[in-house]
Amino acid sequence: MKRALAIMVGAALILLLATLTLVAMPYLQMSAEQVPPDLKPYTEQQQRGRQLYIANGCVYCHSQQPRDPGFAPGDKERGWGRPSVPGDYAYDQPHLLGTMRTGPDLFNIGARQPSIDWQLMHLYNPRAVIKGSIMPSYPFLFRHVDEPVEGDKVVNVPPPYGPESGKIVATDDALALAEYLLALDHTYPAPTLPKVPAKASPKSDESKEQRAP
Amino acid sequence: MTPTIAILLIITFVLSTVGLLLLIWSIANNQFSHGQAAARTIFSPGEEGHSEDPARPADQPFTGDTSEQAAAIKARWTADQSSRTAVLTWLSSSVFWLLLGSLFGLTSSIKMHLPEFLAASEFLTFGRVRPVHLNAVTYGWASMAGIGVALFLIPRLFKTSLAGGKYAVLGGFIWNIGLVLGLSAITLGLSDGEEWLEFPWQVDVLFVVGGAMCAIPLLLTAANRQVEHLYVTSWYLMAALVWFPILFLIANLPYTFPGASGATVNWWFAHNVLGLWVTPIGIGIAYYMIPKILGKPIISYQLSLIGFWSLALFYSQVGIHHLIGGPIPTWLVTLSIVHSVMMSIPVITVAINHHGTMIGNFGRLKDSPTLRFVWIGALMYTVSSLQGSMEALRSINVITHFTHYTVGHAHLGMYAFLSFILFGAVYFIMPRLTNWEWPWRRLISLHFWLVSIGILIYVVSLTVGGWKQGLALLDAEMPFMDIVRMTLPALQARTVGGALMTLGHLVFAFHFIAMLMRRGTATEQPTLFRPVVKENAQ
Ligand code: HEC
Ligand code: HEM
Repeated sequence: MKRALAIMVGAALILLLATLTLVAMPYLQMSAEQVPPDLKPYTEQQQRGRQLYIANGCVYCHSQQPRDPGFAPGDKERGWGRPSVPGDYAYDQPHLLGTMRTGPDLFNIGARQPSIDWQLMHLYNPRAVIKGSIMPSYPFLFRHVDEPVEGDKVVNVPPPYGPESGKIVATDDALALAEYLLALDHTYPAPTLPKVPAKASPKSDESKEQRAP
Repeated sequence: MTPTIAILLIITFVLSTVGLLLLIWSIANNQFSHGQAAARTIFSPGEEGHSEDPARPADQPFTGDTSEQAAAIKARWTADQSSRTAVLTWLSSSVFWLLLGSLFGLTSSIKMHLPEFLAASEFLTFGRVRPVHLNAVTYGWASMAGIGVALFLIPRLFKTSLAGGKYAVLGGFIWNIGLVLGLSAITLGLSDGEEWLEFPWQVDVLFVVGGAMCAIPLLLTAANRQVEHLYVTSWYLMAALVWFPILFLIANLPYTFPGASGATVNWWFAHNVLGLWVTPIGIGIAYYMIPKILGKPIISYQLSLIGFWSLALFYSQVGIHHLIGGPIPTWLVTLSIVHSVMMSIPVITVAINHHGTMIGNFGRLKDSPTLRFVWIGALMYTVSSLQGSMEALRSINVITHFTHYTVGHAHLGMYAFLSFILFGAVYFIMPRLTNWEWPWRRLISLHFWLVSIGILIYVVSLTVGGWKQGLALLDAEMPFMDIVRMTLPALQARTVGGALMTLGHLVFAFHFIAMLMRRGTATEQPTLFRPVVKENAQ
């Protein structure tokens, strides 16, 4: 029994040490990171849209983390934006960094596609705007009405993607999700961004570490 | 020197010191010097040289030459029976979740090239079906089958009856309730939002409790143990059962880790589920099954212990290789890359032992279903781990990150390695618990070929497709939609492979149920791929 216990305690100890390096230390370092002054907290509606983004699993196809052009040139050249820094995520709980790019990175989609009409139509049926897209359509975020009433947000879906008769109107959910997408705009300059992309740049390392605990 | 670096250095230093101390302790406690004696603890006296497969030895049933040996065989039979209810609870549940998980996997695969497939319902949208698949196969199939096999092996390894088996049964019920609630929550759109941690944290409590219930029989049985040596399999199983609750608890702490640090916790956890939970279980089972079926101890017991501790040291720190290029401190990424590469040490030691023991016995793959599944699983462990070490290198990761290549790698690990070993173990265990033989040899064959061809198509298509996708993503000249179109053939091929795998699971589940109901005719010989004795001779 002594030996069995020793193995288990040893195993737990190793894990706790790893927790220190991979959980506690990054947490301490990153929570000390400066929040960019231009970053706005989410509004209530945007936060609700973010919740829909989570509920419908957009994260399984879309990342929100453009990489450094010195490392992966495609990201910036595709217009996905400057490399993100920890501070950009100050209001993100939970994080939605994502690990798949079946679709494009969305960290700056609000700047790239600022039209809410485009966003809504794309959500209703991506193929209505992008031929051959494999993104799922989200018809359940919309209502089909015969006559839109005052205050309805009508989405003018082109044939053959729209209904034969009547109109498609966005639900509050669709509007919230679209507003969240529009809020994904991190084009402001990042205060903590290293000036020189190369990893070895001593200057950038210093500027990062001065803020460390 | 800045404080961060200083802390880092100190911690790394402490880590290595602890590792060293553990090693010295092992040696001081004679864990090493009895090397080959310890490797033999899995055999009953006189049994070495005799295969145990699946229910009875294939050559001559070894019942013991002396009364002492016969008593040992009988004691093992009693030990097997003692874990029966607990093991069957966990294994039957796991087979159910395998079927459900496969159907959801297949559905998500179809949705990726036919986006309008079942798109009208919010409950079946891709972004919910996919996490249901992942969680059902990880926490339902892999974890439950793993715990089931562990519950079967523990009394065998400790040469005593399972004590406190009813706690494990209760734990199984709680775990199943957790799965039902968690998967329903995802379907209803109540996911917590982080990959591998989608279950709402309120539900996660059930898994911690259910898992802890399995620790009780483990501790009770360990306290009663009748063997001097702890065979290496028990090291892996004990460690895994300690690691999982800690991991699961920390990673699910609600409202603790915001923003980018949430991402580091997320991936620290996600990779540890692979590295410190399902991997030790898989390796541990292979360490038992391969020598047992060959009737020959593993070639180097010392190596197996080095493999164990280096796995613990290195695997616990690799998680951040999922965030290479991401918005987190560079030192953190580098730390994980270094450890990912260091992982080749445990992987190679395990490979030497598993494959080295096989040398000269490859012929047995022709007839033993368990050996064939388990050894192919062990081989795929070597392959997928070395692939993983490569993938962590910045120059490779810049291509493969964010692509379908990663999904191919995930299935090479979770499926071709782990699930194959679990299949093999189930083929070994069931006859011993039900005192019944697998009714149809051809069904085992069919299962084997369906899942093997399926996973081959799956991994090859996504590996090639994902690599091309990754190269194209780096080149901004290539329009995004062209890349999407380019990956379509790979995604379609994945559906074909996945459909074969799902079919294989149906065959497996059918056979499993037939086994529980004792269908078919009673046979005196084990069900092997080819009969050892002409069947019509009976
Ligand atoms: C099956 C994978 C998949 C899922 C799930 C998915 N998308 Fe997409 N998405 C794509 C693909 C592929 C594209 C590129 C083609 C296009 O624009 O339709 C895309 C494009 C986009 C674009 C336009 C990007 C640009 O640069 O023009 C937006 C915005 C978007 N998706 C939002 C979402 C939202 C919001 C969700 C969740 C409700 C979501 N996506 C879920 C695959 C997916
Ligand atoms: C039965 C056939 C199976 C099919 C058709 C299938 C299909 C899929 C699909 C489509 C995805 C999502 C990939 C994406 O979003 O790009 C996925 C993810 C995943 N599946 Fe499966 N799967 C199958 C079996 C299994 C089994 C048995 C396991 C494990 C025991 C497993 C483990 C996983 C894991 C771990 C992921 C996450 C991968 C990642 O995030 O990188 N799958 N699977």
